[in-house]
Amino acid sequence: MGQDNLLVMEEIKKEFPGVVALNNVRFFLRAGEVHALLGENGAGKSTLIKVLTGVEHMDSGTVMMDGSVISIKSPLEAQKHGISTVYQEVNLCPHLSVAENIYVGREPLKFGRIDWKEIIQRAKELLKQFDLDIDVTKKLDNYSVAVQQMIAIARAVDVKAKILILDEPTSSLSNTEVDKLFRIMRMLKKQGMGIVFVTHFLEQVYEITDRITVLRNGEYVGTYDTDKLPRVELIGKMIGKEYEELADVSRSAVQAGTGEEYLRLEDAGSADIAHISLQFKKGEVTGFSGLLGSGRSEIARLLFGADKKTSGKTFIKGREVHIADPLDAIRNDIAFCSENRKKEGIIGDLTIRENIIIALQAKRGLGKAIRYNEAQKIAEKFIEELAIKTPSTDQKIKNLSGGNQQKVLLARWLATNPELLILDEPTRGIDIGAKAEIQKIVTRLAKEGMSCVFISSEMEEMLRCCSKMYVLRDKEIVAELAGEEIKEARIMEHIAGKEVEA
Amino acid sequence: MEKKRVKINNVSLLIAVVLLVVMYIAGANIYERFGSVSTILNLFNDNAYLIVVSVGMTFVLLTGGIDISVASTLAFSGVFSAFLLEKGWSAGVVIPLVLLIGAFVGYMQGYVIHTFDIAPFLVTLAGQFLMRGMCAVISTVSIPINNGFYKAVALGKISFTLKSGGRPKLYYYVLVAVFVVLAAWYVLKYTRFGRAVYAVGSNEQSAQYMGLNVKLVKIGVYAINGFCAALGGVLFSFYTLAGYSLQNMGLELDAISSAVIGGTLLTGGVGTVIGSLVGVLIQGIIQTIVTYQNLNTWWTKVTFAGILCFFILVQKMAAVRAEKQKEA
Amino acid sequence: MNKLKSRMEFRPLVSLIIILLVCGIFSGGSFFEISVVEGHLYGRLIDILRNGSRYMILAIGMSMVLATGGTDISVGSVMAISGALACSIVDQRILAMLHGNVFAAVGIALLAGALCGAWNGFLVAKLKVQPIVATMILMTAGRGIAQLIADGKIVTITSDSYYYISGGYVLGLPFPLFIAAFMLIFAVLITKKTAFGLAVESIGVNADSARLSGIKVERNLWMIYIFCGVCAAIAGLIESAGIKGADCNNCGLMIEMDGILAVAIGGTSLSGGRFSLIASIIGALVVQTITTMILAFGVAPEVIRVFKALIVIVICLAQSPAFVAKLKNAFGKKKVVA
Repeated sequence: MGQDNLLVMEEIKKEFPGVVALNNVRFFLRAGEVHALLGENGAGKSTLIKVLTGVEHMDSGTVMMDGSVISIKSPLEAQKHGISTVYQEVNLCPHLSVAENIYVGREPLKFGRIDWKEIIQRAKELLKQFDLDIDVTKKLDNYSVAVQQMIAIARAVDVKAKILILDEPTSSLSNTEVDKLFRIMRMLKKQGMGIVFVTHFLEQVYEITDRITVLRNGEYVGTYDTDKLPRVELIGKMIGKEYEELADVSRSAVQAGTGEEYLRLEDAGSADIAHISLQFKKGEVTGFSGLLGSGRSEIARLLFGADKKTSGKTFIKGREVHIADPLDAIRNDIAFCSENRKKEGIIGDLTIRENIIIALQAKRGLGKAIRYNEAQKIAEKFIEELAIKTPSTDQKIKNLSGGNQQKVLLARWLATNPELLILDEPTRGIDIGAKAEIQKIVTRLAKEGMSCVFISSEMEEMLRCCSKMYVLRDKEIVAELAGEEIKEARIMEHIAGKEVEA
Repeated sequence: MEKKRVKINNVSLLIAVVLLVVMYIAGANIYERFGSVSTILNLFNDNAYLIVVSVGMTFVLLTGGIDISVASTLAFSGVFSAFLLEKGWSAGVVIPLVLLIGAFVGYMQGYVIHTFDIAPFLVTLAGQFLMRGMCAVISTVSIPINNGFYKAVALGKISFTLKSGGRPKLYYYVLVAVFVVLAAWYVLKYTRFGRAVYAVGSNEQSAQYMGLNVKLVKIGVYAINGFCAALGGVLFSFYTLAGYSLQNMGLELDAISSAVIGGTLLTGGVGTVIGSLVGVLIQGIIQTIVTYQNLNTWWTKVTFAGILCFFILVQKMAAVRAEKQKEA
Repeated sequence: MNKLKSRMEFRPLVSLIIILLVCGIFSGGSFFEISVVEGHLYGRLIDILRNGSRYMILAIGMSMVLATGGTDISVGSVMAISGALACSIVDQRILAMLHGNVFAAVGIALLAGALCGAWNGFLVAKLKVQPIVATMILMTAGRGIAQLIADGKIVTITSDSYYYISGGYVLGLPFPLFIAAFMLIFAVLITKKTAFGLAVESIGVNADSARLSGIKVERNLWMIYIFCGVCAAIAGLIESAGIKGADCNNCGLMIEMDGILAVAIGGTSLSGGRFSLIASIIGALVVQTITTMILAFGVAPEVIRVFKALIVIVICLAQSPAFVAKLKNAFGKKKVVA
């Protein structure tokens, strides 16, 4: 610990009901460095950042800046201390103009009133640094997510903070935009700013960062110089000794489908995506890989009727069907776990039992309630089968840990006895043990003849589970890989959009 | 320089202005004397209090909140000032006092809504009952106001003499309402607080992450609204020279609809006080037409509710179109 | 015992008993006196049951609306519409071809209530307008519509069979009580024997999740608002039969607060979720008992609103996790000091 530490976080503890999110985590940031904060989903990266930016409050621990202890109770205070943040999901105001989004809260004043001319002028100049030549008086929501993300970065940079936190800012950016961002990061680094960089693209880590701090399961693993830590070792640190546990679900478990087609989509589209044609076979795990916003979830939602289908045809076992809403999909033996567990999955105040039977109840029709005894039997069966940790079926689902909630949702869908199971990021934000279990369940279900769709940001996981893979880029299917073709390098090339030499 | 461009969210306001003009022209063609300057000035004379209340409501709606206690607060400030004036208090003390009470009631509601995260409609519904009840505690019968200052203001007016022979007049208290509109417009456009109001309404979480003082904004708008409601009560007592506990039942809907018709989104983030002013004037003109047509006054309420529904539909369609444009 | 305590009906029932005891003690026992005159029961308690039946019926509809996370503040106006419509028909002011048939009048009034509910449902479910604004439209316009039906007058009627709706007796007990019981049984059967109750609760807790689980959110919301409209219409009939006429200005005026209050006392979360119809019924009785008690003390009825508003605020605060946490913190700190 040298004198040159700009930021020191020590013994940070944070607990959520049922989960220890951070346990004695340390983090040191020097002035003039780009510091990667790495770890798998659920490692505690975002919680640590939320603590630092005042969105969450730590249970215990100390945060020091420039050698003196500070307490950050709100984002406003974080900004006052010179901490500026860009979040993964764009956190700007859609109804305000671009210029205003950059300056709101710190507008230049002239005679005590906001100087609009100045704002527009400055915004234009600032965005020029990012090669962004857009009409800054237009409302933000006229622009694409990528442009919005660049605007958010511009705002954060312009604050002239001491610390800049970039939480997965590149997931919606193209390569050239990433290059622009890196150019600016290098410039800021020279000016002595400390930059925290969170990403899951390891190439970017090696391209831009000076040091790496790894978290795992809410614990501090270590801090390393980037150029002294080979990639394989880094992955080992991120995954940890549970690596073997994961390796359990080996590629050999993956099998090709029986060849019998279950569902086929022809030239289908919704408000968010168009011209999608694909097919799923029985007994097969199909993966959708691609970056966030590449259209993975959009296709899943389209399949399930969660988003309205506006064009194209759906065939099940060769017969055309019309799926207008989720209930139609359920009646056609399709099941779907949304990536947004909290918002579109659990029904927090209801019991585990009710959460499990609700889709089955909908499938049978609301006319006759499933009797208590039957519901109890179904719930108990799945609690045992999926090893859901809960004192009773009467427990409210919101009191369970993330992994157990996810299993309850899985139970909800398995109870409907589906033929096509769509899982969108089923392992996000849950602990590694539960992750491995869910992967095992998926491969087992496929073996039993179910057709599964698996969507995940984690390449490892996709490689382990899928026997067929659709690769997506910019809301288009750019490749269909099967069997031995499924290799990380190959998928990455398709995602990046490079020409693949045969 | 800001370019002139018809934006999607202004469609609603545009329709409102067109509607206002069309109704005025139609009225002028159908009824005698409708087309005079008097009619226009009387719209302001008769609705000054509603203009003030709508301005306050606009602040709350811009943050995505709602306040249905304004009518009761207005009635309370009317009854309470009438009560105090009857006791011989001077107007110079009574008016600031009721304004302060109004702002405080608003502040308390905002505080509960923000701090304890309780739905605004529940808190303000309770506020509505509380203030109505407080009116009844003071008096269940109408209290007349005989205070000299009130009488002077109530009758003080600017009169013009037109060549055409009419003598249109504008009461002094209308100037208060005009001042409130201008002040609110300035605050919303040229102060950091005003812009933060839009930011909070547009996306509260983003506003918080951007380091804006969400608490100040959310509590502040309710305090402003309470103040405006109390001021509306004072103006209304100039207008009627009495305080009555059951005054202006349902006024909250008038204020909300005025804002919505003027282009304020109920979800927050979009709207202007000028739009709300247009909304009030539309309502005033409907009332004038109903009077000229000699209809049951309830027609005003029913018609206005219908127009509100129409504008809610317009908003929905505009939102759907905006989504589609974004795709293209 | 613990099982009993964990039921939603437990707390409201205890409060009802306490309030009744307090009333009994203050009145020196006269509160509980029940006399029999010509085979009909009379007394304060019977009055509470009779007058409280309006609240009970409203509370049944309101429970479901609140459980979905919505609200309906148009119930008072719907009561006025239904009363005005029924009385005008009985009085043969409108639809004279029905010859003032009471059954037809009641039927049409109920239909009107369903229509009002459908309108609210249209705005809330289809157009996704916030329930408070959507129902506020009918709250304001509805009273106007009632006025237009009654032609701006207070309609007084003479029809013994119509009076019976409020003043009749069956087995010595007031007739409205039987209407309330019927509505309760009907609603309980619908929510428990079918999965409608589960649908309502899941929509209230998390509408997005409910939709993705195959619950038709829009359709269920429509049905709930329609049911609430019908409940309001019935309450309107009872009220107008009670005053032997329709008074559009005052029928059901500000009664929406009583409905919400009854449901809140019954323990339904005002932000949606779990509900118990029986608990709401008990809540309605609590509201009526408080009203009766305060009136007995000679307080003006308008002033009761202050008390009711305060009770709602207290219940809201008690249901707010943020408030409970703050309270715990405050007490925790005190302990450290001590």
